[in-house]
Amino acid sequence: MGEIDYKSSALYTNRELSWVQFDQRVLDEARDKNIPLFERLKFLSIVSSNLDEFFMIRVASLKDMENAGYEKPDLSGMTPAKQLKELEVAIHKLVDMQYSTYNRSLVPQLEKRGLHIIRCHEDLSEEEADYIDRYFAENVYPVLTPMAVDSSRPFPLIRNKTLNIGAMVCKKTGDEGLEFATVQVPSVLSRIVQLPSDGSEKKVILLEEVIERNIDKLFLNYNIICAHPYRIMRNADLTIEEDEAADLLKEIERQLKKRQRGEAIRLEVEEGIDKRLLKFLKQELKVEGAQIYTIDGPLDLTVLMKMYGLEGFEHLKAKKYEPQPVPELPADCDIFERIREGDILVHHPYQTFEPVVDFIRQAARDPEVLAIKQTLYRVSGNSPIIAALAQAAENGKQVTVLVELKARFDEENNIVWARMLEKAGCHVIYGLVGLKTHSKITLVVRREEDGIRRYVHLGTGNYNDATAKLYSDVGLFTCAETIGEDATAVFNMLSGYSEPVFWNKLSLAPLWLKDKFLYLIEREKRFAKEGRSARIIAKINSLCDRDIIAALYEASAAGVKIDLIVRGICCLKVGIPGVSENITVRSIVGNFLEHGRIFYFENDEHYEIYCGSADWMPRNLERRVEILFPVERPELKEELFHILKNQLRDTVKAYILQPDGTYEKVDKRGREVFDSQKAFCEEAMEEAKRQQEEISGNGRMFIPERHVEQE
Amino acid sequence: MAIKTFAAIDIGSFDLSMKIFEFAGKNRMKEIDFLTQRIALGSDTYADGKISNEKMDELCRALKRFSSVMKSYKVDAYQAYGTSAVRETENFIIVQDTIAQRTGIRVDILSNSEQRFLDYKSIASRGEDFRRIIEEKTAIVDIGGGSIQLSLFDNDTLVSTQNLRLGVLRLQEISNHLNVGTAQTEKLIDELASSQLATYKKLYLKDGGIKNIIVVDDYMSPWVVRQVKAGDRKAMIGLDQFEKLIEFLKEGNSMQVARRQGIPEEKVPLTFISAVLVRGIARVMGATKIWVPGVALCDGIAYEYAEKNKLLKGEHDFEKDIAACALNISKRYMGSRKRAETLGKITGTIFDSMKKIHGLGKRERLYLEIATILHDCGKYVSMTNIGENSYSIIMATEIIGLSHIERKIVANVVRFNHSPFIYYGQQKSGDPGLEREDYLTVAKLTAILRLANSLDRSHKQKMKGVKAALQEQELVLTVETLEDITLERVGFESSSKFFTEVFSIRPVLRQKKVF
Repeated sequence: MGEIDYKSSALYTNRELSWVQFDQRVLDEARDKNIPLFERLKFLSIVSSNLDEFFMIRVASLKDMENAGYEKPDLSGMTPAKQLKELEVAIHKLVDMQYSTYNRSLVPQLEKRGLHIIRCHEDLSEEEADYIDRYFAENVYPVLTPMAVDSSRPFPLIRNKTLNIGAMVCKKTGDEGLEFATVQVPSVLSRIVQLPSDGSEKKVILLEEVIERNIDKLFLNYNIICAHPYRIMRNADLTIEEDEAADLLKEIERQLKKRQRGEAIRLEVEEGIDKRLLKFLKQELKVEGAQIYTIDGPLDLTVLMKMYGLEGFEHLKAKKYEPQPVPELPADCDIFERIREGDILVHHPYQTFEPVVDFIRQAARDPEVLAIKQTLYRVSGNSPIIAALAQAAENGKQVTVLVELKARFDEENNIVWARMLEKAGCHVIYGLVGLKTHSKITLVVRREEDGIRRYVHLGTGNYNDATAKLYSDVGLFTCAETIGEDATAVFNMLSGYSEPVFWNKLSLAPLWLKDKFLYLIEREKRFAKEGRSARIIAKINSLCDRDIIAALYEASAAGVKIDLIVRGICCLKVGIPGVSENITVRSIVGNFLEHGRIFYFENDEHYEIYCGSADWMPRNLERRVEILFPVERPELKEELFHILKNQLRDTVKAYILQPDGTYEKVDKRGREVFDSQKAFCEEAMEEAKRQQEEISGNGRMFIPERHVEQE
Repeated sequence: MAIKTFAAIDIGSFDLSMKIFEFAGKNRMKEIDFLTQRIALGSDTYADGKISNEKMDELCRALKRFSSVMKSYKVDAYQAYGTSAVRETENFIIVQDTIAQRTGIRVDILSNSEQRFLDYKSIASRGEDFRRIIEEKTAIVDIGGGSIQLSLFDNDTLVSTQNLRLGVLRLQEISNHLNVGTAQTEKLIDELASSQLATYKKLYLKDGGIKNIIVVDDYMSPWVVRQVKAGDRKAMIGLDQFEKLIEFLKEGNSMQVARRQGIPEEKVPLTFISAVLVRGIARVMGATKIWVPGVALCDGIAYEYAEKNKLLKGEHDFEKDIAACALNISKRYMGSRKRAETLGKITGTIFDSMKKIHGLGKRERLYLEIATILHDCGKYVSMTNIGENSYSIIMATEIIGLSHIERKIVANVVRFNHSPFIYYGQQKSGDPGLEREDYLTVAKLTAILRLANSLDRSHKQKMKGVKAALQEQELVLTVETLEDITLERVGFESSSKFFTEVFSIRPVLRQKKVF
């Protein structure tokens, strides 16, 4: 038998197609009848928002390659043109299924449960129509900007992702031919318009229908021949020419304005659109063939997220989970003291993100704290972290914040508060040239009796208190000297200073991280070859790095048992004889977005566990600043191992990758029903309860006067 | 003990670095932060003798950032030193003032020998490891941009130190100029080095037997330390292993090497040159083991600060090294060790008894000691004009641990020991001279040396024991000897005139005959 080429393209799945499979899994959740109805709406909405982003970033980028005549095949051997072709098929199939789910399953179900969505304005009763017309005149009409196109007025700029209504009109005088007119459905108004109703039933209609019904009021001198909603998606891949941009910040602001003007790559139109209108749009937007999506239902289903928010349907939603307190870090404790007692692991959203915010808040107030340094990638709108950092700077601490301006789509947001931090006296670093800073690390330098002590928080998720309620992530608090030294070195490097001579514990991308992973995988392979037990468990969001996958194949071939928990893209194939028979891949799609990256290496029975910000993607390993950190305290290692084991046990939300490349839900026959996310919730609640009982138990012992006399 | 925080700043010719140290409790010196930034000042000053405006801006910006880091650690003190690139700027005073105005940081200059001495202290800051190694014959190779310094240790003490113009930047310039490839560079460096090293060997390595080499540099050290084994700074490597390491630097172009070896790309050629140089030196010396402690000038600066402020109890007696070094210089010029010893005892006694009068400290006592050791080195050149000849020799010889000014003080003391004293302000034009303060030191030390010298006029070490006692306006020197001291008395009379002039104290000589 000849040597196997582990990098042969036959052994890899295309990442874009794998991504579509991921969105399909989200769609599958929307189709799952065991899930509360309104949660299904949410999943269906996520399918849409995912797809929008995918178009703007990935499809756009492939389009760019195609336009540039770039022919280099990807790791699965497909050229950009071929990928686009196959994607078109896959996405059309996905969208069709999405709308059939909406129309055939969700809408009738909603109807049954008392939520009527009126699809066309023609279906309104007279009374309702009256109400709608009044609503239009009072609320909608004033904010509309209708635009007509004729020889003196060129085709207007249709903004990316906006919903519009296009119409063919002709002058009432009737002497000229058809003209095109368009109006944007204003995003400042709620897209869901509630109709007056009696009792428990609710009736809603979408804003575009309201406008469509009244469109004649916008073009008074014209007859409306037809009017239909449409929506376009543009190329928005933001590639900043960093080498040339003297001022990164300005460049991004400029790019943001420019982003609206990209080439159209998708046109969504309503089914049954007037042929003349469609022809005109195709011509003006220069889209054709499979780029046009004819939609059977409302365009842009992200509106379903708003639908989810409608009041009165709580019984059709999953019970809201309240993140539990962390037993080691109760509210109002001295966080620094607690950390000195030993490293602390936090698991969000099962446990609250509050200690992380508190960590910075306390540091901001603490007179002994000298400096606070933090990397920020995506931050929530009204972030308490930003407020605390600003407060710290005002209190005279040295505050250094690295703000990643290149975080996808968040730039506008980031620029605003980055400026705010600067005003407060923080030293703000606006990212690094050529690299995205994706690592999540906070360093607090404190002057204590016996000298400088450094407190570090390392995480797998962003410092975002809002997403921390939705994304599953882990974080570590430590004041270990080794990690403290490394953390100092990280910030020195981020500030433009040279790398340190040593790294004690942390591994950084893009310089050392990939090698570290390859080394760890290789080590397992060596143990397997020596006949010892060898195992790798990795929980990541995406797996598409060729070198890593090849190393995993080699390790599997050598006998290493490899279990991968990959939420999204996975270019690795399972079950290839002699290559990946020892590898399993599962994807967990649940109420919380799986986001933490945890890596387990058995290391000849002295297992090592690492957490980090990096996925096994080339962009994480080569073009981003990422940090991988070991967790070494035995109890915490045990905890992380437990998380991994639970996820491998999951039979409810797990999809298993099959040798044919499809994903299937776990066959539940003969297995216990186990939902890992649910289990984590329960565990966190139990632990918090136990902690609470301990405290109040002591209280009864020590405060007898609390005894209440019986009536 | 309260914790002290100290910042050491090194403005080098290739980069700018700062280390923050914490001193807590006995002998605990801990590095808590280390910042390095590349600013190639050397390319400006070596070419034009001035720092360009752009570089100056860059330097000030960087120092300002350092200053804010210092503030954030609330450092108690700092010391900023400029080395050769700053030293060689013609307009240093202006540069110094500009930096102070713009950043609030005062930059001082280190002379080559001071810098080397600090480097050497930085190694000593490694304590136990250092002592263990120098028990065997050891050479410290201190590699700089412009030159390298070779210092030899024998049996715990420094025996010689020599500066060779084989700095890595210099060598790189030559190889760039000749535009040669990696393989040729290696050969070129070997050849360039071996010619200088051969001479060096003839002069200093007659006895041979060097076992270990300690390397201090900013180029290959970080990389070697990483290679040898992360965390284990004590590890010594064999020459054979070191040669293997060099092979890694030859695999591929700079970019590939940088990536594979984790060296910043611009440092790859310098790392290579430095490594080849060390290998060449090891071969010439016959050393078999190499220790790369990975220390930097900043460590030495901090060590010096700690010593001065009694935050650390030094384990190694550096002043002894300076004296030992002087003794070796004296030996080279056929100085009499015996006479130096006798004279040393006498000068020491006088110096100590006059403490209240002269107000000089430990450091000045060291000048006197060195001046005593070197007091007649000039006679190697000519028996006449010993003063001037000695002065020239001392000024041309590097004495590790002494700054240029300090060397000048010593040289002048030796000179005026023989030649007529030239008063302040009457020096020949063109002589940059010394500050008033230093000039006074010269006068005081000269007076003491002259007086002591007169007590051993015959060079026969007649005076076995000399005791000194300050009695009001007189310094009573009691010598124990049975021999006739008429000759000494004559000399004493004339030298005491100058002594009285300087101190307003009249020396009195008493002979005590002990049978």
